Amino acid sequence: MRDDRSPVRITVSGLSKSYGPQSVLREVSLEVQPGEIFVIMGPSGSGKSVLLRHVAGLEVPTGGTVAINGHDPRLPETRDRFALALVFQSGALFNSLSVYENLALYPLEHRLCPKPEIRERVVRALRILSIENAVHKFPSELSGGMKKRVAIARALVMEPQVMLYDEPTSELDPVMAATIAEIIATLKEQFSVTSVVVSHDRDLAFAIADRIAVLHQGRLLAVQTPAELRENRDPIIREFLRPVINLQEPRFKKLEANHD
Amino acid sequence: MNRINEVFEAFGSALILAWRAFRSLPSAPRILRRVSEQGYLAGYTTLPIVAILLFFIGAVLALQAGNTLRDFGAKQLIGTLVGESIARELGPVMVAILLAGRVGSAVTAELASMRVSGEVDALVTMNIPPERMLVLPRLLAVLLITPVLTIIGNIIGWFGGAVVCAGVSTIGVEPEMYFQALKQYLTVRDIMDGLIKAEVFGFVVMLIACSTGLRTRGGPREIGFAVTKSVVFSLIAILTLDYFITKALD
Repeated sequence: MRDDRSPVRITVSGLSKSYGPQSVLREVSLEVQPGEIFVIMGPSGSGKSVLLRHVAGLEVPTGGTVAINGHDPRLPETRDRFALALVFQSGALFNSLSVYENLALYPLEHRLCPKPEIRERVVRALRILSIENAVHKFPSELSGGMKKRVAIARALVMEPQVMLYDEPTSELDPVMAATIAEIIATLKEQFSVTSVVVSHDRDLAFAIADRIAVLHQGRLLAVQTPAELRENRDPIIREFLRPVINLQEPRFKKLEANHD
Repeated sequence: MNRINEVFEAFGSALILAWRAFRSLPSAPRILRRVSEQGYLAGYTTLPIVAILLFFIGAVLALQAGNTLRDFGAKQLIGTLVGESIARELGPVMVAILLAGRVGSAVTAELASMRVSGEVDALVTMNIPPERMLVLPRLLAVLLITPVLTIIGNIIGWFGGAVVCAGVSTIGVEPEMYFQALKQYLTVRDIMDGLIKAEVFGFVVMLIACSTGLRTRGGPREIGFAVTKSVVFSLIAILTLDYFITKALD
């Protein structure tokens, strides 16, 4: 890990985002504490991934600000300083590069260390994710789950101070999902990495989160610890956290009736 | 009005992209491998098509002009006509059109696909400028290979004309006479003018291809649209620039 590591705080103030007439985020404000694992949950289309892309500096807000220790994440200097890593939902691996080349790209491009050391870093990351045998494969030869693991390994090689995960356990079997949860927790314990995790996975969220934010239709409904959230009486939050499969009165029938 | 805005936006984006790419020029030694890969893809694989196309363009030009010039008793000038036409106009334009159709379309599809699948965003979060990794190697490669393709295309085109002149009995101009006429009137300036055109066309084609690809949003359908847009814009740019460069070099 980098020598100049300092605790990283993420501050989101009054963040709004619209695509044309469609408002995706509405004045979202939150603060992720240094070294914290902060999970963002919410139904599909609630704006979780868009919020994460703002934190990663990939989007220009319509209103409000995002800051990493007071610096704009869209600036290359900020990314360089805090080694901000984003694990994309799709993996976003470079298809023209092998798994090894994907992992070695960041340290090579930034000339972080000599090649033997880069090799060591890559091998270590592959070993953590149990994907050493994929080192010479290309992304097109990997399953969805393998791609996700390679994407996480690529982020680990960056030795980041901020890790952003977009649905890190989707497409993974329960054992691998648990492994990913352990990796996220270990990064916090060992390296004080500040982590923001967007997920639908309740088990993951309650197992690893220091705090959980719930988004609904672009608005922040709650930011609470897992224990507090379990006791939350808000009907939308309860419905999201404890959906019961009701075969007698299916939800889609209600939706159809409302539509008619 | 939206269309006009779109055109200005595309033009502005392409200029900014070129500026950002060339700002990374000091890192060129680090991207030599990518430049050579792109040079191979753009140059070596395009060469056979350039050769076939220019051979037949030279041949058709000699055939069309040969019979007319013969009627005017000037068939000894066929070499001059074919040589000048190919060196100054048809060589660079045809190479650029082939680059737009073959290389530009592939580059747009590749970059658009990278944009749609999040690979470009991944580069941004890794603080690796896409302009340095994806655009600069392609621009440098096309600047290197376009003059080479054009010179080879020119020579093959002239040779195509010579074959027709010698082989078609109604024209009946010997290769010696053909090449003598070609050498007599064709100047280094003519060839250089053609190479300047080719260089500008190649650069513009690649810039349009990269810019269109990187500006793509959406899914597979938009990738298809982007490829079409890239080729159409490139063809319009080639023919428009051709007029202005010809005028400027006159």
